[in-house]
Amino acid sequence: MESGFLPRTRFQTLLDALHRAGYRCVGPRVRDGAIVYDTLTRAEELPRGMRDRQAPGRYRLEQTGNPRFFSWANGPQALKPFVFAPQEPLWRSERNASGEIRFAEISPPAERLAIIGVRACDLAALRLQDRHFQEGVVADSHYAARRRNLILIAVHCTHPADTCFCVSTGDGPRATQDFDLALSELDDGYLVQAGSEPGRELAAQLTLTRATAAQREAAAREIEESAKSQTRRLPSRQLRDALFANLEHPRWNDVAERCLSCGNCTAVCPTCFCHSEAEEPTLAGDHSRHLRLWDSCFTQGHSYIHGLTIRADTRTRYRQWLTHKLGSWHDQYGRSGCVGCGRCIAWCPVGIDITEEAAAICGGGTHG
Amino acid sequence: MADPHVPHEAEVVERIQESPTIFTLRLRFTDPARHAAFRFEPGQFNMLYLYGVGEIPISIVSDPRDEHLFDHTIRVVGRVTKGFTQLKAGDRLGVRGPYGRGWPLRRAKGRDVMVVTGGLGCAPVVSVINYVIRRRDDFRRLVIMQGVKHSDDLIWRSQYSLWSRQRDTQVLVAADAGAALWPWHIGRVTELFDRVLIDAARAVVMMCGPEGMMRVAIDNLLHKGVPEDGIYLSMERSMQCAVGLCGHCQYGGKFACKDGPVFAYPEVKPLFGIRGF
Repeated sequence: MESGFLPRTRFQTLLDALHRAGYRCVGPRVRDGAIVYDTLTRAEELPRGMRDRQAPGRYRLEQTGNPRFFSWANGPQALKPFVFAPQEPLWRSERNASGEIRFAEISPPAERLAIIGVRACDLAALRLQDRHFQEGVVADSHYAARRRNLILIAVHCTHPADTCFCVSTGDGPRATQDFDLALSELDDGYLVQAGSEPGRELAAQLTLTRATAAQREAAAREIEESAKSQTRRLPSRQLRDALFANLEHPRWNDVAERCLSCGNCTAVCPTCFCHSEAEEPTLAGDHSRHLRLWDSCFTQGHSYIHGLTIRADTRTRYRQWLTHKLGSWHDQYGRSGCVGCGRCIAWCPVGIDITEEAAAICGGGTHG
Repeated sequence: MADPHVPHEAEVVERIQESPTIFTLRLRFTDPARHAAFRFEPGQFNMLYLYGVGEIPISIVSDPRDEHLFDHTIRVVGRVTKGFTQLKAGDRLGVRGPYGRGWPLRRAKGRDVMVVTGGLGCAPVVSVINYVIRRRDDFRRLVIMQGVKHSDDLIWRSQYSLWSRQRDTQVLVAADAGAALWPWHIGRVTELFDRVLIDAARAVVMMCGPEGMMRVAIDNLLHKGVPEDGIYLSMERSMQCAVGLCGHCQYGGKFACKDGPVFAYPEVKPLFGIRGF
C-alpha cells in the first residue's frame, strides 16, 4: 500500500517521527571503509553518494557524487546482530555461603529500535531467523524480546553489488514482506509504502505529497533493472539432493585447499545461527554469568565431543557449512538457508564464491 | 513462559563410585513442586550445570517410575565432569530437562528386545535393561550385548551375571582384552551375533556406543533379518543449548538434541558412517 512521496530534503522528518515514538534509529553509516548499521540521529549522517564495489574477497567504497543515501548494496552486517546478539548473557547463578545456588534469567535490554535501510535479502534472512529462534519447539525469549521491539524501514535495492544473487534465491531486490515501511529511492526523494499498522501510523506523521505516475514508473523500472543487472546466481533453489549425492566430490578437497577455516562467512551470513555457551564466573566466586556467543562450524570446537572432533579438517567443515546452508535447511525450515546477499563472497579473505562452489559440486552455471 | 535456558537447583542425595572413572549422582530438585512434576522417558537427558564451570548433557539412567530421585551416571572426561567428581551428598548443582526423544519402549512392548552397546559402560541402555527387567512380563526375550575395550572397564559387572540368570534373557559380553577370571568372550562384541537368539522380524534393537561399532552391528542385524526400522540408535553429538537452537548437534537436517538423541535407523541412514557429519 503506497502512502506517498517524501522529498529527500524532508528525510529528517522520518527520523524525528521515530525518535518521538521512542525509537533509537540505526541506519547505514560509513565506518572503517564500509557501510555499517550504527546510531543515526541526523539525515546528514547517511552515506550520501557512496557506492560499494564488491568482488570475491574485496569490499571498497567510493564517492560517486550522486545525491542518494542508499545507492549501495550492503555492508558486512545484516539484521542478525540486532536480534541475535554476538554475545549476550542468558542467566546468572549465585552461590551463598551454605552452597545453595540461585538462578535468575538476565533479560535483554528492552530498547525500541528502528532500523533504516533494510534490504530485501536481510528481511528474508530475518524471516529465517524468526523461524529458527522463535517458531520452533521452544521460543528463545532473548531473541523474541529484541525482535518485537524492532521497526523496519526497508529500501528496495537499486544498486546490487557484483557479489549479489538475491534474484536467483527469490529474495530480492524488492522488499515484499516483514517491513513496516518500504522506500523506493529516486533522485529527489522516496516513494513510501507501509507494510504494517505501525508503518501506516508512522507514514501518517510524515508530510507526504502525492506520488506521480512518472515517479512510480521510475521506481519500478529501477528495481527491475537492478534485478537484471545481477550476474551471479545459484544453479538452482533446490540443491539439497545434488549436494548430498556428491559428498565425495573432489571439489571439496579443492575448496579446502583455499579455505582458511576462519569463519568470516558464518559471521557475515545473515542466517547462520550457531552459538556456543560459556560461563563467566567472578573472581570472588559468589556469582557467575552464563553467556552465549556466536560460534562457527569452521572452528575446531564446534563438533567436539569428549575426546573426538567430528570435523577435524577444513574439507569436512566447508562441506558441513555448504550442505547445511543450501541442503539440510530445506529439511529444517522448508527452504534454502541462503538469501543471496553475497556477503560470504566479499568478506571471504581468499574470495571463495559460494555460487561457484555450488555449481562445481552440483553442476550448472553461475553466470546467467 | 519460563526461559528454556535457565537451570534449576538440585541437590546430590547420594554419590556412588561405579569404577575408578565412573560415578553416579542421585539427585533431587530442591523445589519439591518441581521435583514432583519432573517426568522423563528412558533415553532422555538432562543438562547438568556445575556452578561457575558450565553445562553438559547427561542421560538419565534411573527408572521413570522412581519418583524419589533421578540418577545420572557420569564418566570423567572433561572440565565439567571432573568437577562433578568433587560433589558429595548435600552439594548443589543446576539441572534443566528432560530433553530429547527417548527409547521406543512402547513399541517394544510384547516383542523381543535387544540392546547392543560398546565402549565404556553405556549408561543410556542400562536404563532400558533395568526398565525391561522390572516389567519382565511386558516384553518377550531380552538380549544384552555389551562390548568393552578391557574387562576392567565393565561397570555393574555383578548385574550382568544377575541378568544372565533371568528367564528368556541372553547376556553376551565381550572384552577386547580380558584379565584373569573374565567369564565372558575375549574379542569384539560383534563376533557374537551368531549366538543371538531373537525373533528377528519383530525384534526391537536399541544401541549406543561408538559409531564404528554400531555400523558393524547394523550389518549383522540386517543380515539376521532385523528390519531397518526395528533398529534404534542413540547419536552422540555436541549439545550446548539442548533445545535445537545452538546448532552444534546437527546431523544433516536433524538436531540430535530435540529430534533424537534416539533415532530409528532409517532416519539417520543416509549420513550414517560418513565421516564429518
